[in-house]
Amino acid sequence: MKLPAALREFGLPRLLIAAFLAALFAVAVATKMNLAILVEDCIARVARNGILVLALLPAIQGGLGLNFGLPVGIICGLIGCVVALNSGIPGVAGVATAMGIGVGLAVPVGAAYGWLLNRTRGQEMMVGTYLGFALVSGMSIFWLLAPFHNPTLVWAIGGKGLRTTLSLGGIYDKILDRWLAFDFGGVTIPTGALLAFLGLCGVVWLFFRTRMGITIAAARSNPRFAMAAGISDERTRVQAAVLTTVLGAIGIVVYSQSFGFVQLYTAPLLMAFPAIACILIGGATVSRATIGNVLLGTILFQSILTTALPVTSQVIEGDISETARLIIQNGMILYALTRVSK
Amino acid sequence: MKAGLDLKARLGHWSVPILFAVLCLSGILVARITPSFLLGEMLVRVSRNSLLVLALVIPILAGLGLNFGIVIGAMAGQAAAIVIVHLKLAGIVGFGAAWLIATPLAIVLGVATGLLFNKAKGREMVTGLIAGFFSNGLYQLVFLFALGSLIPFKDPDMLLPQGYGLRNTIDLTRIQYAVDDLIRFQIPVEGRMLRVPVATYLVIAGFCLFTVMFLRTRLGQQLRAMGQDDHVAAIAGIPVERNRVIATVMSTVFASWGQLLFLQNIGTLNTYNSHEQVGMFAIAALLVSGATVSRATVAQALLGTVLFHTLFVVSPLAGKALAGDAQIGEYFRVFVAYAVITVALVLHAWQAKTRRATA
Repeated sequence: MKLPAALREFGLPRLLIAAFLAALFAVAVATKMNLAILVEDCIARVARNGILVLALLPAIQGGLGLNFGLPVGIICGLIGCVVALNSGIPGVAGVATAMGIGVGLAVPVGAAYGWLLNRTRGQEMMVGTYLGFALVSGMSIFWLLAPFHNPTLVWAIGGKGLRTTLSLGGIYDKILDRWLAFDFGGVTIPTGALLAFLGLCGVVWLFFRTRMGITIAAARSNPRFAMAAGISDERTRVQAAVLTTVLGAIGIVVYSQSFGFVQLYTAPLLMAFPAIACILIGGATVSRATIGNVLLGTILFQSILTTALPVTSQVIEGDISETARLIIQNGMILYALTRVSK
Repeated sequence: MKAGLDLKARLGHWSVPILFAVLCLSGILVARITPSFLLGEMLVRVSRNSLLVLALVIPILAGLGLNFGIVIGAMAGQAAAIVIVHLKLAGIVGFGAAWLIATPLAIVLGVATGLLFNKAKGREMVTGLIAGFFSNGLYQLVFLFALGSLIPFKDPDMLLPQGYGLRNTIDLTRIQYAVDDLIRFQIPVEGRMLRVPVATYLVIAGFCLFTVMFLRTRLGQQLRAMGQDDHVAAIAGIPVERNRVIATVMSTVFASWGQLLFLQNIGTLNTYNSHEQVGMFAIAALLVSGATVSRATVAQALLGTVLFHTLFVVSPLAGKALAGDAQIGEYFRVFVAYAVITVALVLHAWQAKTRRATA
């Protein structure tokens, strides 16, 4: 059986996932759920997670593969958040400080990460995964011992060691989400966060049309040819690693403000996996990705994640959504890993 | 000169286990751990974990790298444990039945994993890791949702109150110490009786011997040749793809048996968590001995298990003694497990790159 060309272009996995999403919405309609709230949650989740998905694009385009080491960037952003919170800067200035510190850290850290990935060519994904794991668990010790004394951040008993989740309530909780937010048919649109996501998508799109961006992609698609043209792919790979790490740092700051909490300790451990599933569901492969893949994938997968729990709980007792997430997310990554790519 | 080089190479080879031994020793001194306490802990922990670590040796020698997919084998073992609890089998008979039930399941899952690895050549490790996560989803789907609803199953002691899905913990008292106490042997240490699981150690010794002997067979030699260079092996007429599947199956079956050996000592099954960390801890334990992504021996598997689990026992106590907080030690041992794996992966890829550059 052959699928029509247009459908084949769209891809079977995407088709299945889109069908699953449609089925979820069908159940929601059938059980007379409040669709406006459902859609609103979906949009909020897309805006919240989008930049973390976008962060994977430079790594793929730069030939580093799927960046399982996304927590490296996330940790930089988290340090930014904690430092900003510790000095008690509220509002937009707080977010800006967190981002500034996060990006400032992410540049050298990303360069070091890229250097390491250059030395471990062929095993980038595995090295990235475990570097991320090791960093997250190492940072757990740091959070426990770090010299932060702001009583709103440290454990009330004992007076030292950061709490597992730091509330942003009243500091910069949902500050981007609320900026220019408006109602549309009963659905509140988190304009600021959406603009941040789409704006960064635009920036990355433009970047890959600049000289530097083009060389990064060229070195990935044909290293020998690029070498002949005077481009060193060792250099472009480091640039790609810096970009992905910087975007990871920005991504977690935007995520935290939308979520309303900064999550420390083991929270970032597995954050790379759903993001990777997003970009793959959007149609990216281990060696090629576009902004379109980022947008489509984030919308599809985050919508499934958002709707699965409330919708399935109408039909089945118990939380099957987490199980569904494990299967879809990792099934998608497995599919991508086993496809032959040059 | 040659002798000097040799010594340097040897030191390099042993630097990781030596570093670890020093770390363990300083932890022991800081936390003032008594030898008898440590001996008691280690006797139990080594008997629990050795077989899981041994399961990693064959795929490494066959060139598949660290088999993160042993988690799948562990799940097969747990499925078998669930079945025998339902059948109310007890003692060594129950344990034997569990091994028998686990085997075909592990073979099927091992073949599937092996085929997957063949489709993802050069990315076996990350594929194994993700395959483990994926299987965890399927495992949850079967035992948390399908059992009792789609699959007919009535056992109020095992099911959640809602009527389907297994409870979070399943009592394995019926098979607890089935192997450990097969040959009863206790030694008095400082006034308390220390259980020595003689039979378990005999089983482990049997598997060590089997692995060593297996590697000397024709098939074993073929696997080692593939580990050296699978292109040359293929040209020499070795059925590389088939043998890779066989190596994966053996590893998966070993892991399922290893997990059952682990569970019979623990005595309870955390239905949805017991298997999650199996891969990470077994791999970290193996690597601590100085084994690498492409070289490992049976002796290293045993040495690594001893060293890693010493650190496991020692680090929370040392953390408490040093910083007054056991939590730091907990984080530290997880950090060490991840860091050891990271360093091994980096060294492996780094050396592979240097070899390519000089070749």
